[in-house]
Formats: sequence, structure tokens, C-alpha cells
Amino acid sequence: MPAMSHPAFVHHAVLLSLVLFALGTLGVFLRRNVITVLMCIELMLNGVNLAFAAFSRAAGTLDGQVLVFFVLVVAAAEAAVGLGIVIALHRHRDTLDLDAFHLMKG
Amino acid sequence: MMDAVLFYLFAALAVGSALVVIGQKNPMYSAFALIVTLCSVSVIFALLGSPFIAVLQVIVYAGAIMVLFLFVLMLLNVRREEEGARPQGGRVLQVVALALVALLGAQAAVVLLQVEPGPAPSFDASTRAMAAVLFSPRYLYVFEATSILILAALVGAVVLAKKEL
Amino acid sequence: MIEATPLDGALPFAILLLPLAGFVVLALFGEWIRRDKEDSGAAWLACGTVLAAFVLAVWAARRLFALPAGPGGLHLFTSTLSWPPLGAEARETIDFISVGSLRVPFKLLVDPLSCVMTLVVTGVGSLIHLYSVGYMAHDEGKVRFFSYLNLFTFFMLLLVLGGSLPLLFVGWEGVGLCSYLLIGFWYRKDSASAAGLKAFVVNRVGDVGLILGMIFVFHALGTLDLVDLADNASALARERLWQFGPATVAALLLFLGATGKSAQIPLHVWLPDAMEGPTPVSALIHAATMVTAGVYLVARLGPLFQASATAMLVVAVVGTATALMAGTIAVVQTDIKRVLAYSTISQLGFMFLAAGVGAFGVAIFHLYTHAFFKALLFLGAGSVIHAVSGEQDMRQMGGLRAKIPWTFWTFLAGTLAISGIPGFSGFFSKDEILASAFTSGHTLLYWVGLFTALLTAAYMGRLVILTFFGGFRGPHEVEHHLHESPWSMLGPLVVLAVGSVVAGYPLFRGPHGRVQLPAVVQPAFRSAEHEAAGPGWLMVLAIVSAALGLLIAWSLYLSWPELRARLRAPLRPLLRLFAAKYHFDDLYDAFVRRVVVEGSERVLWRRVDARGLDGAVNGAARLTAWISGYLRPIQTGFVRHYALVLLAGAVAVISFLLWS
Repeated sequence: MPAMSHPAFVHHAVLLSLVLFALGTLGVFLRRNVITVLMCIELMLNGVNLAFAAFSRAAGTLDGQVLVFFVLVVAAAEAAVGLGIVIALHRHRDTLDLDAFHLMKG
Repeated sequence: MMDAVLFYLFAALAVGSALVVIGQKNPMYSAFALIVTLCSVSVIFALLGSPFIAVLQVIVYAGAIMVLFLFVLMLLNVRREEEGARPQGGRVLQVVALALVALLGAQAAVVLLQVEPGPAPSFDASTRAMAAVLFSPRYLYVFEATSILILAALVGAVVLAKKEL
Repeated sequence: MIEATPLDGALPFAILLLPLAGFVVLALFGEWIRRDKEDSGAAWLACGTVLAAFVLAVWAARRLFALPAGPGGLHLFTSTLSWPPLGAEARETIDFISVGSLRVPFKLLVDPLSCVMTLVVTGVGSLIHLYSVGYMAHDEGKVRFFSYLNLFTFFMLLLVLGGSLPLLFVGWEGVGLCSYLLIGFWYRKDSASAAGLKAFVVNRVGDVGLILGMIFVFHALGTLDLVDLADNASALARERLWQFGPATVAALLLFLGATGKSAQIPLHVWLPDAMEGPTPVSALIHAATMVTAGVYLVARLGPLFQASATAMLVVAVVGTATALMAGTIAVVQTDIKRVLAYSTISQLGFMFLAAGVGAFGVAIFHLYTHAFFKALLFLGAGSVIHAVSGEQDMRQMGGLRAKIPWTFWTFLAGTLAISGIPGFSGFFSKDEILASAFTSGHTLLYWVGLFTALLTAAYMGRLVILTFFGGFRGPHEVEHHLHESPWSMLGPLVVLAVGSVVAGYPLFRGPHGRVQLPAVVQPAFRSAEHEAAGPGWLMVLAIVSAALGLLIAWSLYLSWPELRARLRAPLRPLLRLFAAKYHFDDLYDAFVRRVVVEGSERVLWRRVDARGLDGAVNGAARLTAWISGYLRPIQTGFVRHYALVLLAGAVAVISFLLWS
């Protein structure tokens, strides 16, 4: 695909990634369901990916792209394990409320 | 011209569905909204001249990870967000979180807006070019290491989900 | 021209190592050598090593005087341990200590002084070993006894043959250890083990002085080698009376060590208690050899002492005072061995008096004669005790003259010798001491010494009379069993008695027919020949005092007992003071008990350790726990709180990076 030469894309793409990241962070704090929190984390990761891709475009190198690739892989692994933990938690406590798990209290 | 329109359109879509993700009570709806976000972002990747990761985003993220999320949601039969008792820390926590995020965002925005966007150099991010970089000595080890990471995650997930350890 | 050969070098080491070998064999295999309970194989082995050492010592003495004399007429040769042992090519000396500028090789010194000491230790030592065969014949721990005796001989020889102060010190400590082991030989008896401990502890106090003294010596003279020390010390500046320069401080500290070992004031308290050990031990260690180590030390470091007028005065005064004090205490003792113990302390005081007035050779001479007659007296006392089935209180004895004649006559010879009756060895040495005191200007010390000589004769006479004369005052069964000792015990007594007589006329008779032993050892002291040619009436006065002392004893205890009863009343307070040993023991006991023990318990243990140190440690732990009590609530257990903190931290870091 031919590269677009509109310069503002990159700039606005980074701003967009900022917005996505901020929304994701807010979601982590505002929601109580474990799975929803996990999804908000995925949202954050997406924001980061977008930033990488945008900067890679601006710099003209492919390193950013490669990093996106790896972030993707790690996100996949993390989602798998995270959901495994969620299933185990649900099996024990029959709830998915994040505030119900406070046994590590000092 | 066309690109700009597409860009702003899908950007708005992404933000909108992100709001839905964090706002919806039902986790199932949040999941679907997230899929929409992911696909929008994929389009933006394409607009930025990165076809490889655009496709990868759809296949892996939207196609595999989100499906996994949906499976688990349906397995655990989650319908509604649990209201339960007062959230620990209550409003204070949410306000503080909001403040912090706003602070972070403001700072980043300030920095970004000061930067003058220069002309983007042309680059080739096709699959062929990506492959050449990924399998180059620079990233080869990392590439192989990620495969081990996936193996570990696989084993971990299986063990965690077993009924009897 | 006769030259030193490698064999000469091996001699001192051979002398030294024979008794050590005896100890090792007896310690490791002693029980196997013994065939049955009464077998004396181990004992004879021990005697053999010491006797062999004596023979070698004689040989070494002959070689010493066969070799040409060095500067100042001094014969000496040294023998250093090196590798390889034989061969004239480059030999690497094996060092005992090698630190910085201090190098102490394993070097043995053979000169007239060490020769005399070695001959005394091995000669008298072998006689005592022989005596012990009979004395300890029925004792269960015979093997242990002889192994200790051999070990002691080794350490004593190391002390006198050592070529440098550290080696001397090793021997010094070693004999202290053996003294402890032998005093407390019958360890099941509480008083014996307590006495052993007392001896060791008191010695240790003195040793502090010795160690500090060694440090000062090294600081002042830069060497610890005895030959170099003597040379360097003669070149030291003379320090006046009460001027505390390096020589004075070093000498005083070393003298403190000597008082511990030689039982002088203030560290004399252990010797009388040491009589708890077997009699041969008292004879060997506490009469002839170990206690003389202090005299040897002072004599050896004579040039150092002579550089300090203060030290010399202190030595002489302490010696005289001790002699007097011990003499007075001996007069009121009832235990036969205690009398002899205090007598030893007194005679050692005489030796220090001689050293203090500069007559080192005379002091060594008296050491030499004293070894003979004191060993004789102790062994004789052992024979007496053996005859009366273990009784040591003289009030339970009497009239033994007829029953144990051999013991009596030899004992009498020793008594006459110690009293200073002309013709016997003690007369020559004691007369020399008093003469030196007088001619060097210390008139007061002379008169006190003379009076003490009178006391010596008096208490020894009293001892002889109470033990051997009059009627037997003990229980009937004991009287029934009175018997002479076996020849293994009597033999040494006879030899020593002969020695007590002839030792005064040593082999080297000089031009004016006077005793020459001091002259032989004199060059070792690197000082001018001490011409103690005093007025003739000195000798007369000495004889008179000796005779007077014996006469007093005779009259008070034999011919005129009523006088004794009449004298006792007015003298009672004085006699009580003597009997209480001048309250030294009470003083020390009070100090140890009140200050040391209670101080440790009340202050150091309770306050410093339990409250202070433990408190600090426990307090630190309590403080940590208290602080953590306040920090713990931070861990709420809620993931969202943790995430919030995480976010806050991240924002802070990013802000800092963006705006710094």
C-alpha cells in the first residue's frame, strides 16, 4: 500500500492512542468485574500499539512495527493465562467481583 | 483526502466504542464493543501504511483473543456486573484515579501539541519487509523467545483451568 | 683450635627433647607399658630420659668450656633450628615468630648461666624422679604423674636454654601449667584442685607483667634475643632513682612476672597452698627449679636491671621484705611442709636481695646450693610423712630420730646447710649474699637479712626438734608402723646430703680459696667483677646468728619449755599476725569475692549485659515490629488500591522525566 503523505496523520494517531490509553486506565479503576478489567487492560495495550506504529511511521524505521508484533504476542499469552486465573477464581469463590479477593491483606 | 476522512471516521468509532467498553454494565456488551475498537484500530494501522500488523491485529487480537474472552464469559455465564456492597475506597478511589489519568493525559497532550508534525518519510512496511527485519539477527532471538513464552502461557493456562490440579 | 661442630649444635636440642619424648611416650602409651598395678616401667622410663638429659648436660658443659672464650671472657654458643639440619651450605632458619621487624628463631643459648641451671634441673631432677619411683609406688595415677614430671622438665629446660625472651616465655608458661597439673594431681581432693587453680591464677597475674615487660623491652632495645639484649642493655643510659624511663618500666614489669613465679610479695600466696601436691612435686618444682625461674629471669636480664636504679632497689627491698615476712610466718607453722614452703619463699627473697644489690653471680650461687638442700629437706619430709603413715602435723610427731636414722641424718645435714653453719654449702652462699648487701651500702637490708638468717636457723631447728626429738606424740597405731623408707627414696637423700655439703666448694677453686661459681657465671652479666671483700667480722656475725638461731630453737623447744610458755603471752598479737600470714589471703579473697565476683554479677551481668545489651537488641526488634505495625495497613488486599498506587507512581515518574 502506498504510504500516505499527509503529515497530520501521525500526530493525530498518537493523540488517539493517548485517548485510548487514558480510557483504558479509567476503566481499570472504575469497573469491578474481573473480566471487564482485563478487557480494559487490552484497551490500554492497543493504545500503546497504536503509538508504536505511529512513531515507526514518523521515524521511517520498522522497529516500531516489530515491537507491535511482539506486544501482540505477549498480549495473547497474558490474556490466556489471565483468563485461566479468572476461571480458577470463579470456581473457588463463585464471584467475579474484584473487591471480593482481599485475602492478601497485611 | 479520502484518507483523512477515513482516519477521523474510524478514530471516532474507536473512541466511541472504547467508551462503551468502560461504560457498559454487561461484560458481553463490553466485549463486543472492544472488538469494534480493535477493528477500527486495525484500519488506522492500514492507513498508517502498516498492512502487516493491520491484518495481524484482526487475526490475533480481534479474532483469537476476543474470542477467548467471549468463550470465558459464556462459560462463566456472566450476565450482569455485580453490584454487591460499596466498592472499597468508594468514590475517593474513582475520583483520585480520574484525577491522575487527567493529569497524565494533560501532560502528554501538552508535550505532543508542542511538536510540529514534519513530513513523514516514505517507508516500506509490507510483509516482505517485515519478514526481513523479524528474521534478521537483530530480532531473531526475541522471536524465538516469544515462542517459548507462548508455550509457557499455554501450559499455564491449561493447568490453571483444570478442575483438579 | 677447637671449633664448634654440628654435634655441639645438636646437644642442646637433644637435652631439651629427651624429656619431651618421655612425656609423649608416657602420655600415649603409658598404660601399655604398665604390666600390672605395681609395675614401675613407666617410672623408670621417665627417670631414664631425665638422667640421659643430665649426662648430655654434663657433656655440653665440658664442650662449652673447651671452646675458646668470646669477648669479656664469656663462653657461649648458640644452636639454631634450621633446615636442612646438617650440612654447611645455605640453611634456612625456622622461625618461631616472624612479624615485621621481629624475628624470633628457635635458638637455644648455652653459656655458663644456662649451663648451671640445666645441670641443676636435670641433676636434681633425676634424683627426684628416682625418689618418686618409691614414693608413688602405690599410686593409681603413677603414669600420669611421671608424664607430667617429664613434661615439666622439658618446659623448664626450654626456659633456661631458650635463646630469646619468647622462647623463655613458652617455657615459663609451660612450667606454670605443669605446676597446676601436679599440684592438683590428686584432683579428687577439693583442696588440691583449688590450690592448683590458685597457683595458676596468681602466676597469670604475674605473667601480665612479664608480657608487658617484653613489649617494653622490645620497644626500648629493639630485640628479644637474649645475647643481643645483654649487649644492647649495657649501652643504655643509666636511669636515676625514681626516674621512670624505658629501662625502669620494663624491668619493673618483668620483676612483677618474677614475683609471680618465684613467690615474692605480693604474689607469694600460692606457694604454701601448693603443698597439697605430692612431696616430690614440692621438692622439684617449688624448691629447686620452677620457683627459681624468677631469679633466673632477673639474672639473665641483669644488664637491663642495672640500667635502672629504681628497679634494682625495688628488687632488693621486695626480696628482703619477703624473706623477713616468710621467716616470721614459718616460725608459727605446724605442718612440716608449710614450714619448708615458707622457708623457700624466704630463701628466694635472699636471692633477690643479692640480685638487687648487683651480685647476680652470688644470687645464682645461692640458687644452686639452695636447690640441693631444699630438695633434700622436702624429700626428707616426704620420707618422714611416709614413716608416720601420712601425718603432716609436727605436733603429732617426735622422737623419730631413733626410728628413721637415715632420714634423720640426711635431714640434719640439710638443716645445717640452710641455717648457714660453716662447712656446709648454705653457709658460703648466704655469707656472700649478706656481704654483698653490706659492701654495696645497703646497711639496713644487711641487718634485716642477718636477722632473717637467725630466724631461718630458728624455725629449722624448731622443725627438727619437733619432728625428731623428744617423745612421740602421735596415735599408737602410727607409732607401731614407724619404718624407714625404701632405698629408692633414701638413695637420693644421701646424694643430696653429700651435695649440700660439697656444693659449696665447686670444682673451680680460685687463687684466694674463695668460691668461684659466681666468677664462672659472672661474664654472662656483662658487669664488673663484684669484689665482695667485706670486713672479716661479717663472716663472724653470720656464724653467730646461725648458731644463735639454733640455740634459741634448742632452748625453747627442748631444754626450757617454760620459757616458751612465758614468752607466748606478750607476743600473742604478733604471733597471730604471723599465723594469719599477714592477712594477704584474706585481702585477696575479699577483693576477688567482693569486687570481681560481685561486681561482675551485679554490674556487668545484670545491668550491662541483661539490661543494656539484651535490651538494645530486643529493643531494636521491638522498634521494628512497632514501625511495621504502622506500615502494615498499607497492604489493604484490594487490587484496585495497588493499581492506584502503581498509577500514581508512574504519573510521578513521567512528570519528573518530562519536566525536569
